Amino acid sequence: MTTAEAPRRTWWTRYTSQSPSLLTFFALVLGFLIGAIVIIATTPAVLDAWRHIFHSPTAIFSALKITWDNVSAAYRSLFVGSIGDPRSFVHSFTTGKGWDTTMTPISETLTYATPLVIASVGVGIAFQTGLFNIGANGQAILGGIVGVWAGSMLHMTSVIHLPLTLVAGVLGGIVGGLIPGILKAYAGAHEVIVTLMLNYIIAFFLLYVVLSTALQQPGQSNDISRTIDHSAILQPLFGTSSGLRVSYGIFVAAAVVIFAWWFLNRSTLGFDFRVTGANPFAARASGINPKAVIILVFVISGGLAGLAGEVQMASTNHYIDGGFLIGNAGIGFTAITVALLGRNRPGGIVWGSLLFAALGVGGRTMQAMTGIPLDLATVIQSIVVLFVATPVLVKEIFHLRTQAQGVQLATKGWGQ
Amino acid sequence: MRVELRGITKRFGSFTANDAIDLIVEPGQIHCLLGENGAGKSTLMNIVFGLMRADEGEILLDNQPVRFSNSGDAVRRGIGMVHQHFMLVPVFSVAENVVLGFEPTKSLGRLDRRRAHSEIRALSEKFGLEVDPEALVENLPVGLQQRVEILKALSHDAELLILDEPTAVLTPQEIDSLMDIMRSLADDGKSILFITHKLKEVRAVGDVITVIRQGKIIDSVPPTRSEGELASLMVGRDVNLKVTKEAVHAGDPVLELRDVVVRDDRGITVVKGVSLDVRSGEILAIAGVQGNGQTELVEAIAGLRRVESGTITLGGRDVTNRTPRQILDAGLGHVPEDRQRDGLVLSMSVEDNLVLNTSRRAPFARRGTRNLAAVTANAEELAQRFDVRTTSVKSPTGSLSGGNQQKVIVARELSRPLTCFIAAQPTRGLDVGSIEYVHRQIVEQRNGGLGVLIVSSELDEVLALGDRIAVLFDGGVMGVVEPTMSREEIGMLMAGVGPS
Repeated sequence: MTTAEAPRRTWWTRYTSQSPSLLTFFALVLGFLIGAIVIIATTPAVLDAWRHIFHSPTAIFSALKITWDNVSAAYRSLFVGSIGDPRSFVHSFTTGKGWDTTMTPISETLTYATPLVIASVGVGIAFQTGLFNIGANGQAILGGIVGVWAGSMLHMTSVIHLPLTLVAGVLGGIVGGLIPGILKAYAGAHEVIVTLMLNYIIAFFLLYVVLSTALQQPGQSNDISRTIDHSAILQPLFGTSSGLRVSYGIFVAAAVVIFAWWFLNRSTLGFDFRVTGANPFAARASGINPKAVIILVFVISGGLAGLAGEVQMASTNHYIDGGFLIGNAGIGFTAITVALLGRNRPGGIVWGSLLFAALGVGGRTMQAMTGIPLDLATVIQSIVVLFVATPVLVKEIFHLRTQAQGVQLATKGWGQ
Repeated sequence: MRVELRGITKRFGSFTANDAIDLIVEPGQIHCLLGENGAGKSTLMNIVFGLMRADEGEILLDNQPVRFSNSGDAVRRGIGMVHQHFMLVPVFSVAENVVLGFEPTKSLGRLDRRRAHSEIRALSEKFGLEVDPEALVENLPVGLQQRVEILKALSHDAELLILDEPTAVLTPQEIDSLMDIMRSLADDGKSILFITHKLKEVRAVGDVITVIRQGKIIDSVPPTRSEGELASLMVGRDVNLKVTKEAVHAGDPVLELRDVVVRDDRGITVVKGVSLDVRSGEILAIAGVQGNGQTELVEAIAGLRRVESGTITLGGRDVTNRTPRQILDAGLGHVPEDRQRDGLVLSMSVEDNLVLNTSRRAPFARRGTRNLAAVTANAEELAQRFDVRTTSVKSPTGSLSGGNQQKVIVARELSRPLTCFIAAQPTRGLDVGSIEYVHRQIVEQRNGGLGVLIVSSELDEVLALGDRIAVLFDGGVMGVVEPTMSREEIGMLMAGVGPS
């Protein structure tokens, strides 16, 4: 075909050629920019300063300064709370002391990200197969219940007990996944409806087990389960004395990410999954059994959600309670968002989880240090996801030139 | 209306789709724009219709320069376009579709159905386009739906009518009647821009034929030029339109159908007891107007549709109602009718599509792990052997032209050991060069001793390829005939009229 004068490859052309990770980066920038606007609009001192800019010639400068002070203080505390205080790093480096305190923010971010990564990878694999597993939350709860049961009711040496409870968590999640999987494969029931509704059923099942003799902590009347044996706990990486909560669960998450990468990119089954997700008609015509794929997807996706729930039990919570439904804002639901953010790819999901964990953990420090509510972190999270989900908008805002026609979407709508 | 394009240039990034195009359409002229897929015909028409803006050049209507910022502007200036894929609301009536957007209303904005109907009736009488204004569009055959589109354009007083590949979806009879319509519209003084890549049609109906290749006008010629000349102008090299075949050496049957009965999605029996044999070393071609059970029959053979009764035997093994995988493993090669739906995953790479149904076999996988090096090597080899034009075997298949996409499927299916090869509408929508290529591949396989089953609604293709021709009508075999039979006689069979 006729070629026009080839454009020079400058940083600008590279900037304007579309790259998914670049789009995510710009979505992040937009999230923080709009977050800044929210800070300005909700902080009385800032608004007050802007109201008085015509009172004196220098008022506009003081208004700008107050705005800058507030916004930068908020984002600084967000950074300090999630990654750490640079001065503290310098102090620890020069004196060799205080590492425990310096590393606490990173440890917290990793602790929060660990189960999130596992659950999100599960959701991402389902998305890549064209299936919406909205039930990751319920599956995580089931994994948590079965894991806590195995961790508290069975007693044995740690070498067997810990792996056994992790497997128990996976099995719990698989049960939660098999129900929508079988219903979809053999009865055509839409997985979104089934998984969504199962979340409620499983939530009440949780209340039942922690309020009945089944799993309730003896001597308690609250909705609290028995505590996992010491032998079934994912121990903190740096020992209990350091105070750093990051646990060996991080290796479980790493293993899951590596497995998922291999599975999706290198295994024949993962190839079948992706073909089914991209074009179910061609999948069937090439001999892929759609029923088997649907069930297997839900086994894997549910199993990973269950593992995520159990890892959270075994590393930080050590028991399950009714608050698991609300208290952790349901990692299964956050996982859906994170999978979207990471474009359903294991590598992207790791970054997405770290970002969400950092915003969640740092948001608490921001609230404590500046009085700006934790909700701002949620606002930023939501805006980032909104822009990731609308690549056209981001391209428009940053004048990214589109080469190909059509739009690549992270998800394709609510299944067929 | 006289339409003049001067130096129209349109670029997409570094790709020039239209390169300084000059074109004049005189009033009352049928001007054919002939070119391969991807030559830039549709881009040019989208510019004329205001859907895209040219980077350079201008459009003159009756010597007045015009600028369209959208298709509404173009419609107001008397330009009408009938798209290849119809823009109709299936559940609305003909009249409702035609007046859509410009509805005649009574008080309080109520739709004036009676006036709509009488307007449509007057319009269809004026131009001799018969269609019932009260019929629902979804109940109309494709040819009539197209007529509704034309009426819609005429209802906006179109003086220039753009027809984008209008015959791709029509039966031979419908094509004839479309050509009559085009001629009578031209006699009325309307200008017509007819876009196509079919040589027969431009010679039958065109006043002037402009050939476009790689975004440039190659030549404007009168319709007296031969098909061969037009084809070489279009492709840029000499094209062999005739399929050369050696004498048939048919062996034992490799695919046997016995009283096969199949239902369609609505549960209606559309294949009513078909019995056919495909023998090794021969091409059996199934002819028939679209919708006489061919699609469902092929799907049943491939295991994609349930066989209600009867048996299908492939290479001596009963494969009736087996899974698609079992049938593939038994040695069936299948080029599906809807290649983008059933044959390819457009978002995935060419190399992955080339192993779509063999990804689990050696050497492409071992113990559940894919061997990506083998997949790439396979793709490189097949791309060369089957002349798949792509910048890289790792490019998404959707970025390939239709002809190259079809080559990917043909290459995949022919690259594994086969007992029988089925190709449904193997050259639909392909340009001349690709058709030539696909035909040669099919004949080569047959010469190599494979049993081949071709399903095509193009009578020319059936006659050129078939060693025997089975004519399907209303789900039954009207007869199995020799390719020496005349077009007229086969046409009668296709219409359901048996030999007396």
